[in-house]
Amino acid sequence: MDRRKFLTVSGISLGVGALYTMAPRLAGDAEGAELARQLGRQNGERPVPFTVFQLSDTHVGWDGALGTKAFERAVEVVNGLTPGPDLVLFTGDLTHDTEAPGEHAARMKRFQEIAGRLKAPKVYHVPGEHDAGLDGGELYRSVFGPTFYSFDHKGFHFIALDNVSRAKPEVGAEQRAWLARDLARFPGTAPIVVFTHRPLFDLRPDWEWFTSDGDDVMNLLAPYQNVTVLYGHIHREHHQMAGHAAHYAARSLCFAFPDPQNTADKKAIPFDKAEPFKNLGIRQVQASAAGKGATLSVSEVSLDARELSGTEGFNQLLKSPAL
Amino acid sequence: MRSLATSGMGAALLALATGFGLAGSGVGAAEEPRVIAVSAKRFEFSPKEITLKVGETVKLQLTTEDVTHGLFLKPLGIDEEIVPGKTTEVIVTPKAAGRYTTICDHFCGAGHGGMKMTIVVE
Repeated sequence: MDRRKFLTVSGISLGVGALYTMAPRLAGDAEGAELARQLGRQNGERPVPFTVFQLSDTHVGWDGALGTKAFERAVEVVNGLTPGPDLVLFTGDLTHDTEAPGEHAARMKRFQEIAGRLKAPKVYHVPGEHDAGLDGGELYRSVFGPTFYSFDHKGFHFIALDNVSRAKPEVGAEQRAWLARDLARFPGTAPIVVFTHRPLFDLRPDWEWFTSDGDDVMNLLAPYQNVTVLYGHIHREHHQMAGHAAHYAARSLCFAFPDPQNTADKKAIPFDKAEPFKNLGIRQVQASAAGKGATLSVSEVSLDARELSGTEGFNQLLKSPAL
Repeated sequence: MRSLATSGMGAALLALATGFGLAGSGVGAAEEPRVIAVSAKRFEFSPKEITLKVGETVKLQLTTEDVTHGLFLKPLGIDEEIVPGKTTEVIVTPKAAGRYTTICDHFCGAGHGGMKMTIVVE
């Protein structure tokens, strides 16, 4: 078997988020099974198929026309999937910031009420600058826990990175040192998924779509051949190879920003009453007869329905000479 | 008639003047860069636009009227924190003409995303 095709990824973009399926080709393929066993021996956990759902930039408390309707509808859609995702990752700006006493905590509670309806077994979060930028993350940590951490799931190592709590777009030396220690436990073939809020590369610096020490972070990840980064912040879908990793941004659940490659000003795309979920990541929207909200007509868009070679998407090259 | 500048007497006088600190500007003394004061507050910079020249060295003196702000512009190598109670100085020598958008990159509240200053380099 061509090792390049070992990991296939089929993606379904429901618009309200992004669904990733990480699936080693194991079924009915003896060579694939052997590769999986070897990978399992190397990584300590054998990879088996599972799905992940990414939601981002819910901005609970932001005074928009939809309020939390898109977020609530996204939860309904996720709960209606069969099979459902193993994990849901929220990539920041869970809430919109406010300095009114007690209000930000109330918004975080409201976020938890809505997210709590998810039927997914595990839900993880990272903060956005609107959650943690003003107080160094103090309130966020009291509600959601650590702003950076890692965990393993079915052969994949997930790393949550915080590039917002220092108020500037940076991860910082202390967290990078933690990352280095965390990564040191894994071989270079370990599949790694980093999830964070801001892009870890210079997507559009004058729109603050960057992380100042993003290169340092990616250099720490350079020895690892299977790295994928999931992020939010930009309120639009985006896919870019930066270095050796594939970086995916998910759409927002409140409003969208324009294309950074052909737009001068960073102005939110106006709300459209006729298509209220337009640009919120829902790829196809049908206005309801009543004119309120929109029935979600979900178009399945494969992020990558075919086997890929090379290092795009999650179909990362396994280059271990031992295999 | 030979000028003082080229005569031996002129050179002697110049040396004397220099020794007494009487030499005029441009004669062996470094020029101070032009100073531009920039003030930040939630959520704007003042002035909103400044004009520089290619190759000209200027000194930006940055202050804040309220909380900590940032001033960031990668093409001109500007990446500064503007802290209350302190004047932050940054030396800039633009190498290319253009119209640049400088942003506040220290999250400062609801209007942070719109906090910008334009630097025009001619």
